Amino acid sequence: MAICLGIFVVVFSLIVYAAVKYRKRPTDDNHEPPQIYGSNQVELAWTVIPILIVVVLFLAAARVIHAVEDAQFPANAIEVTAIGHQFWWEFQYPGYGFVTANELHVPVSDAAHPTPTHIILLSADTDHSFWVPQLAGKIDLIPNRRNEMWIDPHDVGHYVGQCAQYCGTQHAKMLLNVMVDSPEDFEKWTQQQKTPAVMSQQVVTGRKVFETNACMNCHTISGTTANGKFGPDLTHLMSRSTIASGAAPNTQQNLLLWVKEPDAIKPGCLMPAMQLDEQDTNAVVAYLMSLN
Amino acid sequence: MFDAQPMSRPMVTTPERESSRPLVQVLHDWMVTVDHKRLGLMYFSYGILFLVIGGVEASIMRAQLAVANNHLVSPEVFNRLFTMHGTTMIFFAAMPIVFGFANYLVPLMIGARDMAFPRLNAWGFWMSALGGIILYFSFIGGFGLYGAGSAPDVGWFAYAPLTSPAFSVGHSTDYWIVGILVSGFGSIATALNVMTTILCLRCPGMKLNRMPLFVWMNTVMAALVLVAIGPLTAAQLMLLIDRYLGGHFFDTQAGGSAVIWMHFFWIFGHPEVYILVLPAFAIVSEVIPVFSRKPIFGYSIMVAATVSIGFISLGVWAHHMFTVGMTSYANAFFVASTAAIAVPTGIKIFNWVGTMWGGKIIYKVAMLFCVAFLCQFLIAGLTGIMLASAPFDWQLGNSYFVVAHFHYVILGGIVMAVFAGTYYWYPKVVGKMMNETLGKWHFWLFVIGFHLTFDFMHVPGLLGMPRRIYTYEASRGWEVWNLIVSIGVIFQAVGVLIWAANVIWSYYKGEIAGNDPWDAWTLEWHTTSPPPDYNYAEIPVIRSRRPLWDLKHPEDPDWKYE
Repeated sequence: MAICLGIFVVVFSLIVYAAVKYRKRPTDDNHEPPQIYGSNQVELAWTVIPILIVVVLFLAAARVIHAVEDAQFPANAIEVTAIGHQFWWEFQYPGYGFVTANELHVPVSDAAHPTPTHIILLSADTDHSFWVPQLAGKIDLIPNRRNEMWIDPHDVGHYVGQCAQYCGTQHAKMLLNVMVDSPEDFEKWTQQQKTPAVMSQQVVTGRKVFETNACMNCHTISGTTANGKFGPDLTHLMSRSTIASGAAPNTQQNLLLWVKEPDAIKPGCLMPAMQLDEQDTNAVVAYLMSLN
Repeated sequence: MFDAQPMSRPMVTTPERESSRPLVQVLHDWMVTVDHKRLGLMYFSYGILFLVIGGVEASIMRAQLAVANNHLVSPEVFNRLFTMHGTTMIFFAAMPIVFGFANYLVPLMIGARDMAFPRLNAWGFWMSALGGIILYFSFIGGFGLYGAGSAPDVGWFAYAPLTSPAFSVGHSTDYWIVGILVSGFGSIATALNVMTTILCLRCPGMKLNRMPLFVWMNTVMAALVLVAIGPLTAAQLMLLIDRYLGGHFFDTQAGGSAVIWMHFFWIFGHPEVYILVLPAFAIVSEVIPVFSRKPIFGYSIMVAATVSIGFISLGVWAHHMFTVGMTSYANAFFVASTAAIAVPTGIKIFNWVGTMWGGKIIYKVAMLFCVAFLCQFLIAGLTGIMLASAPFDWQLGNSYFVVAHFHYVILGGIVMAVFAGTYYWYPKVVGKMMNETLGKWHFWLFVIGFHLTFDFMHVPGLLGMPRRIYTYEASRGWEVWNLIVSIGVIFQAVGVLIWAANVIWSYYKGEIAGNDPWDAWTLEWHTTSPPPDYNYAEIPVIRSRRPLWDLKHPEDPDWKYE
């Protein structure tokens, strides 16, 4: 980038200098200026110098490409499989044996004990692209293809990214939240995710509504009969801060709206309006809110 | 050949004015014409019409994105808008406009009476026209058919598998396929025609190394069209087979490959950039020398650079695919080939500046646009080099940084050159001068608007804003940048309106131009303005690259130095 800026300053000054210095002035006589057809030396110079710059830039780029793409992973790298769906993210943690959605948790890594995260990228339908600008460059998720990337975050925090390859109507609201946790927090989080869903007697009506309607065809709640795969896993829904892949904060009000009329939050998403009556809607949302 | 008589003085007859004839007859003449000048004008006007339509689509998108969480258009409509905007601007605005210039000017510049195949020329134009009509018919024709389709919404590069029947129901994608397929036939016909004309119909004395650079660059453009359109047409036929005959080329659900479509598309798509930008270079290479009062600096190396751009541009396509997970070797190869193209492009910029150096530059509007072109194309080239580097692309590919980059190429480069070309050749085509005052208003408004829009568009890209999103949250910090970007559109729109007003006003009220208002040197200025149907009563005979210079300066002719 510095090289480009340097080139810009030099060439831009040349253009401005030529444009101003050699303009026709009113005092000029009407003679044509000297007719110069070219100069082999000058032309050779401005061929060879750019070639040298290009070679340097190529070598710099090739070094980075090699460092990123051909990196070796330490044995303690976390493995995550990210699967792009229209229009949300599925995250599988094969090392821990659970599945979650839309909010990726990874442990912070430090130089002394690196714990990078190795992400396998797959797609269930169309092309998507995994892009969290502050953590890594983007790599596409392409159906019938296995891509991979890795991140090695050194600061705890919440990083926002989103799908960067046009994937259909709601490409815009396919956000990607990455939580970089301290090792203790990450451990706590994985323990919690591994447990099956909470069964509370208070929400048994809601659970019945969920399991006797189409909800269970698309969503999984582990430990119950709901094992659909088309939508996000809801086993620990309330451990996530947003719903609809980052489209809205995870509140009771938004959950009610989402079940009643998903298009109000995310027009064009694949979640259907469930057409439940008021009572069932409240019951099912109460059930969902117990899933923490 | 060299002993032949030098060219005679130009004729001064003016062709019969059309206004004296009934309208129906005039229209009929235009419909059935095979005259390269009329077809050139029709190509150009047709391109401008679609430029306006595509501009309106862009303006609606900018209005939607001006503030966060806007509800001006729905996501479905927004997706159609950006698909139609891209498709329209590339296939139905930019290509017809550059073909228009080539059609009108190439035969005049090489001293020919028409294109090599006048009927094929008309066929090519009407095929392109048909393609545009088919594409836009989707807006109305989609309704009432199965799927209640409307305009295509798969993006202008229509990545698989979004175009497969599973994800694109209805016929909107078919309109996209067939519209471009048909216009592709027209493009190939025109490219063949330009190529043949240049190779076979040059006037006596015009050796290849005496052709104006405009003609050289259009030769390479035509060659690239011949090579590049084929893969796109093939891919589109394969997609049609997928959609209707049960093929599985790109159908990932049945084992097809999404990546193959990307290769096909970009093998077309990247040479396409040079198909559009070489004619822009061609215009600039004619205008800068005339207004600097010097011959082009380094003619031979300009030709060499053009030809090498042509070749290299066929080997860079996968730089559009740095994020699809190619191996490190493939990525490194495409970094190298892409960066290599900067060398001949840089040579051109240096040579244009070298032409201005030591000249006496006359700042007519055409020249102003050329200087703006130089500065903007320089920036476009430099952001291009940045994006050529795969690691940089992993961050900024598919972001607004890329959108800003290629609009810098297309608007800052191609459109600026096209405006320069209209101010420069309008007197030849119409016989009247364009108004310089209106022209300066157009120039400054358009340049200010361009920089407001596209300078600031780089920033949200650097802040992580991907392209093709219909809305965004205020919390992302992109709002103020998008607002500035959208405000710039107003300036550009007013500028273009002034240009259109100027074109119409000057047609009626412009000063009479005469044959050679700019004291220029290429052959088209030797005939009348507008030129007669047959271009030249006597086929000219030339002895150098600047035949009119020889004529005007018999004491110091160019041919002495060649």
